[in-house]
Amino acid sequence: MTEGGFIEVDRVEKVFDVRRKTGFLRRERRQVRAVDSVSFTVARGEMVGYIGPNGAGKSTTVKMLTGILVPSGGRLRVAGIDPSRERTRLAHRIGVVFGQRTTLWWDLPLIDSYRLMHRMYRIPDARYRENLDRLVELLDLGALLDVPVRQLSLGQRMRGDIAAALLHDPEVLYLDEPTIGLDVISKAKVRGFLRELNAERGTTVLLTTHDLQDIEQLCSRVMVIDHGRIMYDGPLAGLHEVGESERTLVVDLERELPPIDAAPARVVRVEGPRQWLAFPAAESAAALVARVAAEYPLVDLSVREPDIEAVIAKMYADQAERVVS
Amino acid sequence: MGERSRLAEGLRIYRLIAGMWIRSLLTYRTSFVLTAFGNLLVTGLDFVAILLMFAQVDELGGWTLPEVAFLYGLAATAFGVADLVLGSMDVLGARIRDGSFDILLVRPGPVLAQVAADHFALRRLGRIIQGVLVLGWGLLTVDVDWSVPKALLLPVTLISGAAIFSALFVAGAAFQFVAQDAAEAQNAFTYGGNTLLQFPPTVFGRDLVRGATFVLPLAFVNWLPASYVLDRPLPLGLPDQVAFAPPLVSVACCAAAGLAWRAGLRSYRSTGS
Repeated sequence: MTEGGFIEVDRVEKVFDVRRKTGFLRRERRQVRAVDSVSFTVARGEMVGYIGPNGAGKSTTVKMLTGILVPSGGRLRVAGIDPSRERTRLAHRIGVVFGQRTTLWWDLPLIDSYRLMHRMYRIPDARYRENLDRLVELLDLGALLDVPVRQLSLGQRMRGDIAAALLHDPEVLYLDEPTIGLDVISKAKVRGFLRELNAERGTTVLLTTHDLQDIEQLCSRVMVIDHGRIMYDGPLAGLHEVGESERTLVVDLERELPPIDAAPARVVRVEGPRQWLAFPAAESAAALVARVAAEYPLVDLSVREPDIEAVIAKMYADQAERVVS
Repeated sequence: MGERSRLAEGLRIYRLIAGMWIRSLLTYRTSFVLTAFGNLLVTGLDFVAILLMFAQVDELGGWTLPEVAFLYGLAATAFGVADLVLGSMDVLGARIRDGSFDILLVRPGPVLAQVAADHFALRRLGRIIQGVLVLGWGLLTVDVDWSVPKALLLPVTLISGAAIFSALFVAGAAFQFVAQDAAEAQNAFTYGGNTLLQFPPTVFGRDLVRGATFVLPLAFVNWLPASYVLDRPLPLGLPDQVAFAPPLVSVACCAAAGLAWRAGLRSYRSTGS
């Protein structure tokens, strides 16, 4: 374990006892390993994306890091604190945003929720005013402070929630799906803010997401978890190499033509004048586009990034293969 | 943090959150006034049912109307206080089911205080008002040979009764960690217990009275102390001294409820949901 890691996770496990009804009064007990010997370290000021399919163990990990759940095994420290043992002490040093649940008071003006945080966390008055002013400016909340939360749009509410989680100057911010359901402009605002927060304050950020663009625009490092295990830990670019993922070039030709011949790219689908070409994600799209444009009557084209779920599925299949052989 | 400062912090957090709920309710002023009024009316009718009974009979299980009013007032006031302070704890199951309980766990401040203050409803004040009115009327009309111990027992009984009912609310909430849809079962014990205590012990079967004394010690809320104050034999042939046990029993109940709460919270944090 590296010394000085701000978040230290060492062979942490979480085993759930699942009881399933198999008949009247008869129950079957089964153990599910939601997190299986996971280890990683996050340095102060890092911004890390934590991704994986549903049920992979993402939120279980985050719940252990925030002290909500007690690990079944292993060692866990956040800012030197054991989260499950000193939940309350830790609460003063972390901020948590659950994308699909709000901490704001539905029927009251936004500012009332902030006043509650002020008193609940015992934030010194000057500090509170300073933080509130800065957050209101950066997250563009000025016009919303006196509006009851129930009247806010999803994007406005999300920005409101993020501000609520940061009033007490947490050193680490956990974000669970912070851009889920947001429109393009709201997503851009949230991402821009997180970048600034990280750069200005050095706040450590751990975010779980399904949106690959969140990771691309924010995180220098990504961790992939599946079936309770860390499958990958490194830069995003490396993920594509490891997963041997492919990007897709979609071309619209002037008329229906036989499949385009442009190896190493291969045609995976044809639909009238539209064709889909798959090519390795690490290759440049420019060379391929130039070739296709030179040899075929091109009307329009677009490049699609690989789907993160597909990359992970492929990684998992590869690993299973290696285990078998 | 010492136990004392934890208690102070719990009360502080309780006040903060309850205050937010009161302000939330006041944003719908008309609705608040109507429900508060409706509440007062419904709880008021509760005692009217007993009055109607006495229109047909002179005694209920050997107890006169003023005596029953005294008994009723003690239980209703004690229950009203517990209901106002902790009555909304049954939303815990719903919070666990929809996952919003996790939000309470990432905030500073004792979880019990946060859950206790959740959905704080000022309208429940109506129950206390009604209980105090009935108790007052009962005290004015009942024929009691007052003595110093009897006079002292009265406030002690009210406080202990509120504590016993509070323990019941907390224990019920703790049970919701295990069974998230147990809110109704909890209400059966709390509200059901309150209804039970509004009638003299003499109208119930011996086994029920035994259960309410030794298993779920509701009898200490009013049956036992009220019997002593009214110079009646204590139920189950218990000695008179037992009438002074409510403080001890309430402390034991609160300790047991506290342990149950801790066990429930621990099971949640180790199993998740």
